[in-house]
Amino acid sequence: MIAEAGLAALWLGAALCALQLLASALAVRGQAELAAIIRPIAVAQAALTALAFSLLIWLFVRVDLSVLLVAQNDHSEKPLLYRFAATWGNHEGSMLMWVTILGVAGAAVALFERKLETRTLFATLGGQAAIALGFYAFLLFASNPFARLDPAPVEGQGLNPLLQDPGLAFHPPTLYLGYVGLSVAFSFAIGALVTRDVGPAFARAMRPWVLAAWIFLTIGITAGSYWAYYELGWGGWWFWDPVENASLMPWLAATALLHSVTVLATRDGLRAWTVMLAVVAFSMSMIGTFLVRSGILTSVHAFAVDPRRGSFLLALLFIYIGSALALFGARVGTVREGSRFDLVSREAGLVANNLLLTAILGVVLVGTLYPLILEAIGVKISIGPPYFNAAAGAPALLLVAIMAAGPLLRWRRDDFRAVLRRVAPAAIVALIALAAVKIFAPTISLLSLLGIALAAGLALASLAPLWKRNLARTPLFTWGMVVAHLGVAVSLAGMACDSSFTAEKLVAARVGETIAVGPYQVRFAAVEPTFGANWQALQATLEARRGGGDALLLQPQARAYWAPPTETSETAIHTALDGQLYTVLGKQVGDGRWQLRLWWKPFVTLIWAGGALIAIGGALALVGRLRRGRPRRQEAWI
Amino acid sequence: MKPKTQRLTLALLAVAAIIAAALLALSALKDQAAYFYTPSDAAKAHLQPGAAVRLGGMVEQGSLKHLPDGVTINFIVTDGAESVPVRFKGIVPALFREGSGMVADGRFDASGQFLADTILAKHDERYMPPQLAGTMHKSKSLKSDR
Repeated sequence: MIAEAGLAALWLGAALCALQLLASALAVRGQAELAAIIRPIAVAQAALTALAFSLLIWLFVRVDLSVLLVAQNDHSEKPLLYRFAATWGNHEGSMLMWVTILGVAGAAVALFERKLETRTLFATLGGQAAIALGFYAFLLFASNPFARLDPAPVEGQGLNPLLQDPGLAFHPPTLYLGYVGLSVAFSFAIGALVTRDVGPAFARAMRPWVLAAWIFLTIGITAGSYWAYYELGWGGWWFWDPVENASLMPWLAATALLHSVTVLATRDGLRAWTVMLAVVAFSMSMIGTFLVRSGILTSVHAFAVDPRRGSFLLALLFIYIGSALALFGARVGTVREGSRFDLVSREAGLVANNLLLTAILGVVLVGTLYPLILEAIGVKISIGPPYFNAAAGAPALLLVAIMAAGPLLRWRRDDFRAVLRRVAPAAIVALIALAAVKIFAPTISLLSLLGIALAAGLALASLAPLWKRNLARTPLFTWGMVVAHLGVAVSLAGMACDSSFTAEKLVAARVGETIAVGPYQVRFAAVEPTFGANWQALQATLEARRGGGDALLLQPQARAYWAPPTETSETAIHTALDGQLYTVLGKQVGDGRWQLRLWWKPFVTLIWAGGALIAIGGALALVGRLRRGRPRRQEAWI
Repeated sequence: MKPKTQRLTLALLAVAAIIAAALLALSALKDQAAYFYTPSDAAKAHLQPGAAVRLGGMVEQGSLKHLPDGVTINFIVTDGAESVPVRFKGIVPALFREGSGMVADGRFDASGQFLADTILAKHDERYMPPQLAGTMHKSKSLKSDR
């Protein structure tokens, strides 16, 4: 019954969505009879998808094995949290979550958007409905989450143990909020193109939505990176895996959009470019979803193996991106030229930011799609970190340099020499850091050396906008920019320290042996069997001592799950103020020794602390924007 | 600066940036892209020692040898027709075992041995590296577990 109710809710939602599209189209053309129902429909449609999604969660929590999806991905012996999270730990469930968030985002626009001109708002809601309709069709025709299984099995097949982690409960929803949040920016752009309303008012209305999506993307990527770091046991935090790139590309586009929308909102510049970026950002979200969910990549994220689904998603991708670009092409001529600015000005700095972000986006896109395209013609190639580090590293470092100088520039026109004077302290700090690192670590790689130096310079420069200001009266969005830029410096410092100063020990040790790694003496005290709700494991006990201090206990495990039967390695990590001790238990060698892999990773935690700061900065800016509808010009920092 | 000149400068800067990024990407692609080889492909291709390569196949039954240091292993990867000796230092993935599929990133040394930097095995019972799945379809002598 519950499954059927869920399916019915989905069909109803799809029907309402079609009605929303129709009513919006009529309203935009001037036939206002149906206009009054557009907002209520958007809200009702969101309620129906949320109902369907809640019902699916209920089925998973109750482990209703007569539903195919539950039987394939759930298991009655799993802890409650993982039965709950298993709802979106599979293809159909995650697509239903996608549609739900799409619906809820549309409802939020219908309920809370007050700044946008009414016709543009209707066109925006129409755009949102057009996107949702395609994904409803995908759910109903190619990935029905409520399909029944007859006869019902006695036990479910369980969830991939790599996904049985508290992070899974939060990582996909946050990332999806970001992905799908960008759909709102896309719909805004479509709406403004349709009604020829591209201007500062439109940009001010769009900005909070972009900010919100961007915050969620930042959190999702940061959390995903930490998850890969501690769950995979490989000691790395970013692998340039296509699945990771799929989340990075929308973030890069959204970051560019966030900055260009500010130019449009405060200075009325970059009109066509901002609209283009809004289209590109959501296109990247859809490409990401396609890559991850079509089954074209095999990874822990790829659930679909049915090739029809891949083609369906690809078709949706082409329709949406194609028609948005066509609309852009047809209407870009009607977008009037915005106001002008000088080559030395805040606007020019933001243009440089946008160019560099776009260049990085292009590099990542090529590296991600090129192997897939080649594979279609029969050539197999893999593109890994060496390519991405080499090709994306240089523009990224340049971007950091621009980021340090940008907020110190004035809008519209600035004096080059005055700028140099303002940037000088940060540049001096960067040079001192460069020299110090080069003296103390002469073998450091160029990329890391520049990374640390630029991080030091950026950290100082990012605080400069607060210089000589009354901190209590400084607007929240200025604080937001400062904190977010500081976060980039912190994160960059962490990345550079980790890649150049990590100490690694890979040994086969007997119980009782002591291994030295970084500042720690690690004694291998014991190996014992242990067990959990749905796994058993071998657990090593390691006593780590630093100097004459007390012993820390670390207990890495090699786990074996039985539903489905899988072996994973559970790392044990100790976080100190200046880094992390990261330990992995390997296999037993023939002569009784155990493989142990130990890392000392100085300041690695800064990477995620920086990510958190970036997200917090975004949140401050968002609150600041929402509290003050119309910022005064000279204080319009983002 | 005149508006027209300014627009032109901006456009030129944009074009220059895009060209620079494209050149950067192309040169990195040329040096860093690792082509996927099965042992048969590798035998035919006469690969340069040291070039980045991704090698995929089955771990041959009975070929896995542990070296005395306890963390280095030697084994043979086969696709049914040809085989390649592989050396790897590290902790192998949990599902790495004889008779199972694997994909390794690394390079050939001058003697024709493959030095693996990383090894990927099946993530779980449902997982098969995509490149390997294709190979398995081609050579019927190997049974795939799907």
